Amino acid sequence: MNKNKSNRILAGPYLFWSVAFILIPLAMIVYYGFTNESGGFTFANIAEIGSPENLKALGLALLLSFISTLICLILAYPLAMILSEANVNQSSFIVMIFILPMWMNFLLRTLAWQTLLEKNGVINSVLDFLHMPNLQIINTPYAIILGMVYNFLPFMVLPIYNALIKLDKDVINAARDLGATQKQTFLKIIFPLTLPGIISGITMVFVPALTTFVISDLLGGSKILLIGNVIEQKFKQGSNWNVGSGLSLVMMIFILLSMAIMNKYDKDGEGGMF
Amino acid sequence: MSNTLIDFVNISKSFGNQLILDEFNLSVKENEFLTLLGPSGCGKTTTLRILGGFETPDKGQVIFDGTDITALPPNKRNLNTVFQKYALFTHMSIAENIAFGLKISGKSQAYIDDKIKYALKLVNLDGYENRRPDSLSGGQQQRIAIARAIVNEPKVLLLDEPLGALDLKLRQDMSYELIRLKNELGITFIYVTHDQEEALTMSDTIVVMNQGYIQQMGSPEDIYNEPQNAFVADFIGESNIIPSLMLEDKLVEIQGAKFPCVDTGFGTNKPVDVVIRPEDIDLVKPEDGTIEGVVTHLIFKGVHYEMEVMANGFEWLVHSTDMVAVGERVGIHVDPFDIQIMNKPESEDDEAVGVNE
Repeated sequence: MNKNKSNRILAGPYLFWSVAFILIPLAMIVYYGFTNESGGFTFANIAEIGSPENLKALGLALLLSFISTLICLILAYPLAMILSEANVNQSSFIVMIFILPMWMNFLLRTLAWQTLLEKNGVINSVLDFLHMPNLQIINTPYAIILGMVYNFLPFMVLPIYNALIKLDKDVINAARDLGATQKQTFLKIIFPLTLPGIISGITMVFVPALTTFVISDLLGGSKILLIGNVIEQKFKQGSNWNVGSGLSLVMMIFILLSMAIMNKYDKDGEGGMF
Repeated sequence: MSNTLIDFVNISKSFGNQLILDEFNLSVKENEFLTLLGPSGCGKTTTLRILGGFETPDKGQVIFDGTDITALPPNKRNLNTVFQKYALFTHMSIAENIAFGLKISGKSQAYIDDKIKYALKLVNLDGYENRRPDSLSGGQQQRIAIARAIVNEPKVLLLDEPLGALDLKLRQDMSYELIRLKNELGITFIYVTHDQEEALTMSDTIVVMNQGYIQQMGSPEDIYNEPQNAFVADFIGESNIIPSLMLEDKLVEIQGAKFPCVDTGFGTNKPVDVVIRPEDIDLVKPEDGTIEGVVTHLIFKGVHYEMEVMANGFEWLVHSTDMVAVGERVGIHVDPFDIQIMNKPESEDDEAVGVNE
């Protein structure tokens, strides 16, 4: 009984934190989302998602984050494999190189890309110097994808790397022993067994990419609106908290939905995939 | 039993600057149950992994059925391995695990189904086709690992401490199973273990290894009854290893007392090591023994009593079904053919090769 009581006291600060900064704001968003400016109940804010420009922003956000996630996966898997096979000294060195930029603030890194990609930025100066055609990707969706991949790649590498190092070397040896070529071993053993890592990597890249507004703001100019930018504008420029909250709720449903799908596939990954 | 199937020729292998195998030579005959026995780090697992294709030797060749397979990848070798921690594919059912090798080699579904049934029957797990590996006990998982290996009809089955993770009773049961399997399949088994009892129970031939060298190779009876050096004597079973003096042929002086023995050819007045198994010592009345001593310890071990007898400054380990109380005076008698004489290691180098505890 005493232990229970002291446990409850220890959980107190966190409990306070989550009520004050998670539950209450969430309740406020739900309240604003379902009311109009005079406080009456309405579904209009939710229905805002159906407007052509909002649908376009949502569609673009889904497309760009899907492409970014795919690129991250293609880059991350081989890298994670190299890391997992390197010896401890080598791999900790590579991991350090990889993680080092992550200690820098996310905004700062995205701003740096803006400077690099600008019309008269560093990359184009170098290209000019080499008499090569300029790179014109700033303020295009390509720059946004670049920013997303750059920022979220480590979140794909780490879970896959973890799944790979947990894999028993003898399981791979057993597949080879039973006659599988390296390619067959990868497709039938290594890939399915690291699927949970891949799934969590995908979730960790796709969800933040879907809702980002900073990357699209800085690298897409203000011309390209993703759903994150629309919501941001509603809150800041339009001061329309009701519509902003309504759209946020829609996004929340999207996030919950994608996580549910991931969870389902994750279970299948543990089950039969042969 | 006569044809040589596998030849290790001058194999050397080191990891970093640690030499694991040094100029290692070994021949394995067809249909043999051969056990590599030794303490951890003796090179037994490395030998097996070189044969399986998971390690490449720095020097030397592996000859399998007349062909050099040293550079062949594991999937091209006509042998299969049972790994220490089973290494089952946890994302597949039992049937899919067993079918893995057969599917890779493109066998028909009917053939595969037959083989799965046959293999599960062989390891006494019929009806387990649709279970998942993690719903099985350790012993059952090990049986599946064996079934998965043997359906491919390898010429040789490699077993890397397969019973190491099982409890005692299960280990004994599985030992008998393995002997039965080997007889039913009629293929070569190469077995790695550090457990001398497993080795003695199952093997046709035991290879005792230490520090990358073969210490002794022979039948279980040979290894147990006639250890060639103190390492083997000490590693296989319990024994009294006593520094002694070989007075002449068939007479050895142990701790100041003269014992008749059966060994000849050691010369006269030559220092030797004598091995006497604890169960070969007879405790008799003080006046009837060759040496007289006092019982200092007594432990009941179930089948026998284990006693220590202090006589002429040496603590003799004795196993007997008759109890003698602590403090009682006894005589020690050993039959001549139960005394095993071994040359003392001649130099420090010999010692490193021969004795290491």
